[in-house]
Amino acid sequence: MTETPRLELIGITKAYPGVIANNNVSLKIMPGEIHALLGENGAGKSTLVKFIYGVQKADAGRVLWEGEQVQIASPNAARKLGIGMVFQHFSLFEAMTVEENIALGISPELTKGDLSARIREVSQQYGLPLDPDRYVHTLSVGERQRIEVVRCLLQDPRLLIMDEPTSVLTPQEVDELFKTLRRLSEEGVSILYISHKLEEIKSLCHTATIMRMGEVVAECTPENETARSMAEMMMGADLVSPERAFRMTDGAVKLDLRNLSVKSTHQHGTDLKQINLQVHAGEVLGVAGIAGNGQRELMEVLTGEVPTGKADELQIDGVAAGHMDPIQRRLAGVGLVPEERLGHGAVPDMSLWENAFLSAATRMNLIKNGFIQVLASTGFALKVVDEFRVKTPGVTHFATSLSGGNLQKFIVGREIMQNPGVIVVLQPTWGVDAGSAAAIRQALIDLAANGAAVLAVSQDLEELFEISDRIAVICEGRMSEARLAENVTVEEIGLLMAGVGLEEEPVHAD
Amino acid sequence: MLIRLEQRPEASKSMVYVSPVIAVILTVLTAMVMFSLLGVDPLKAIETFFVEPISSLDGLAELLVKATPLVLIGVGLSLGFQANVWNIGAEGQLVIGALAGGGLALAFFDQQSVFLVPAMLVCGVAGGMAWAAIPAWLKTRFNTNEILTSLMLTYVGLLVLSYLVHGPWKDPEGQNFPESRLFHDSALMPILIDETRLNVGWLVALFVVVLGWVVMSRHIIGFQIKVIGMAPMAARFAGFREKRLIWLTLLFSGGCAGLAGVIELSGAIGQIVPSISPGYGFTAIIVAFLGRLHPVGVLFAGLLMALTYLGGDSAQITMNLPNAVTGVFQGMLLFFLLASDVLIKYRIRFGAPKIETAIQAEAAE
Repeated sequence: MTETPRLELIGITKAYPGVIANNNVSLKIMPGEIHALLGENGAGKSTLVKFIYGVQKADAGRVLWEGEQVQIASPNAARKLGIGMVFQHFSLFEAMTVEENIALGISPELTKGDLSARIREVSQQYGLPLDPDRYVHTLSVGERQRIEVVRCLLQDPRLLIMDEPTSVLTPQEVDELFKTLRRLSEEGVSILYISHKLEEIKSLCHTATIMRMGEVVAECTPENETARSMAEMMMGADLVSPERAFRMTDGAVKLDLRNLSVKSTHQHGTDLKQINLQVHAGEVLGVAGIAGNGQRELMEVLTGEVPTGKADELQIDGVAAGHMDPIQRRLAGVGLVPEERLGHGAVPDMSLWENAFLSAATRMNLIKNGFIQVLASTGFALKVVDEFRVKTPGVTHFATSLSGGNLQKFIVGREIMQNPGVIVVLQPTWGVDAGSAAAIRQALIDLAANGAAVLAVSQDLEELFEISDRIAVICEGRMSEARLAENVTVEEIGLLMAGVGLEEEPVHAD
Repeated sequence: MLIRLEQRPEASKSMVYVSPVIAVILTVLTAMVMFSLLGVDPLKAIETFFVEPISSLDGLAELLVKATPLVLIGVGLSLGFQANVWNIGAEGQLVIGALAGGGLALAFFDQQSVFLVPAMLVCGVAGGMAWAAIPAWLKTRFNTNEILTSLMLTYVGLLVLSYLVHGPWKDPEGQNFPESRLFHDSALMPILIDETRLNVGWLVALFVVVLGWVVMSRHIIGFQIKVIGMAPMAARFAGFREKRLIWLTLLFSGGCAGLAGVIELSGAIGQIVPSISPGYGFTAIIVAFLGRLHPVGVLFAGLLMALTYLGGDSAQITMNLPNAVTGVFQGMLLFFLLASDVLIKYRIRFGAPKIETAIQAEAAE
């Protein structure tokens, strides 16, 4: 290639106390190229991107922009060069209109004249339908992302950075976004696409740079790779996909939701509306849905943090359990893994054994006359660490000292080791490295194979199809009928996630 | 040279204990500067302040007498503070507890009984608890802020005291002084060392320290308190009842404050006077934090704070320094403590960040 790269990074190094986030990282992005930046959590992707966008300074290394050495001191400087970024978490004001939000985020010169006309123009040109006068709080997550994209496009970027853009989108929305990105690429805009979703990268990106533990370990052409081979490069180890011995969906009903309706206790929360769902012994039931459609509320009802209206709206082994508190539910054999690891599933500044005690105290008999049985609790924690291969120097270390994947293994392990009859897991592998994710999925499948009922709520469709026997979809607090995973396609699930067909009765029950 | 604060990878456990020591040293050094600016020999002043008061048996006994309420209240508050229950009104609970116990002593002023002191202690605890129950009820029922309600109730409590000593409980033979009758002997705390004021109250305080320690380190209630303070969502997830813990911690701290009040009254004062406490209830907040919200830490912090009270008196008498010196000392102590606490999560580094060493360290692992 004789062309000058749009952006070239040479030897970027950034160290945090105790961690090398980037070690001698070099990267070339050509004009019009869609370049994937691939790596597990903690591989150093976000540090690198923060550096490119001028949010953070590197300790060493050079940047060439169109062949010339530059210093990117701030996001403003980055924007001036022609770098735009769409963050994973949006920064939008809900009480303002689309146009006002866009005007706030771009340089003042661009706000002069008819901004709303230009927003319409850009959004039509790139297939990003957006009404400048709508208020942000009335928009879906996908539409909000479009605001961020349009905001970048208005500044005529020559490099667009997208950080995990599809984690909040339905499959259909992802297709739309990809069309836009390909169009931009044809026009010569370079795109740095950060993700760990390998199938997406295969279908979208021209080249991929793979990072592991702060270093670039490989570059490849995704088209010529398989998702598996890329995952193995990412992990630096062979990937073991979950295996299951047999499927069973006709066991006894362990967890039964009957016409469950609960008002959300959160501001802007989603009420649960007449949910019917039966989870049988021996099956993994997956619940798909875009975040904010009632998953959090469902979890709170299942843990017992929020009671149901009538006690029999929620039954465990045929016993009305809607008014049981979390401790009673655990005694009845329910294992629970909330979405947030630190602060909800575990206390950050407490040791691992104390965190094991947190949920296992009653079911594992770790209290005697009101006193904590330290030896028994430590023993239980050690068993969890051992069984689930949690990497830690010892169970007296704080939960915060563990990486996301290790802590999640510990939390899932803590619940599984209590031998639950029912386990409810919200986002089982959210933000977890691929190796730990595979281990957690396998553990859930094994638990079901041993006769437990597993309810897994996740946004990750790949994951749900991998582990679930049946899949249901939650949208705006309503639950679709659960269907056998092999009889349903990603597209059908996607439509349900977008709320199509949920108002009427599901098309055909099997 | 460049001085930087660098975040530690994991919060330093030893710094939790070193930080109060640094705070004490910085306080003493600053005090010495302050004294020399006032034209007083700094070494002499420090000696008068910190050494002289405890260089006799009587002084040591006085130290323990002063430390008793501070330790008692400090332990009570530290439990609540760990659960994010901010009882700022211990002073009021102390006063009401003292009135409840003292009222009993006055009611039986003509009867001798060995049961009187224990009954007074029980009344003191009940009085403090009752006063703390008001913010607890308001918080659990109406979600009011206990900082405000407990603080405001302090002033109500002080007015109740003022009303009683100026009115109904005034000593009929007291020449109209705003004081109650003197308690008779069986309403006074038994003295531990003759010729001093050191009384059984100190043992009660030590007992509460041990109780607090056991509860916080080994009991399920202590565990629940810590979890609710550090991660309220995790507490809900585990099924701990927040309202129950709010009641529990407020009643416990109120009870401790009430107990401190009645011990002060029947151990050190011997009658109800318009001013029962020189702000023990407020100083105990500093004691709780200086003691790292740990009962044993509170014990040491209580002794140190008691020393500042004695030192203030002694500096006033022998060196003619204003009594405000005590307040200045206590304020500086809290100020430096909060500042030193930065070192728990951060460390001081000199010079520019060195990446090579970090990389080598990484490679060496």
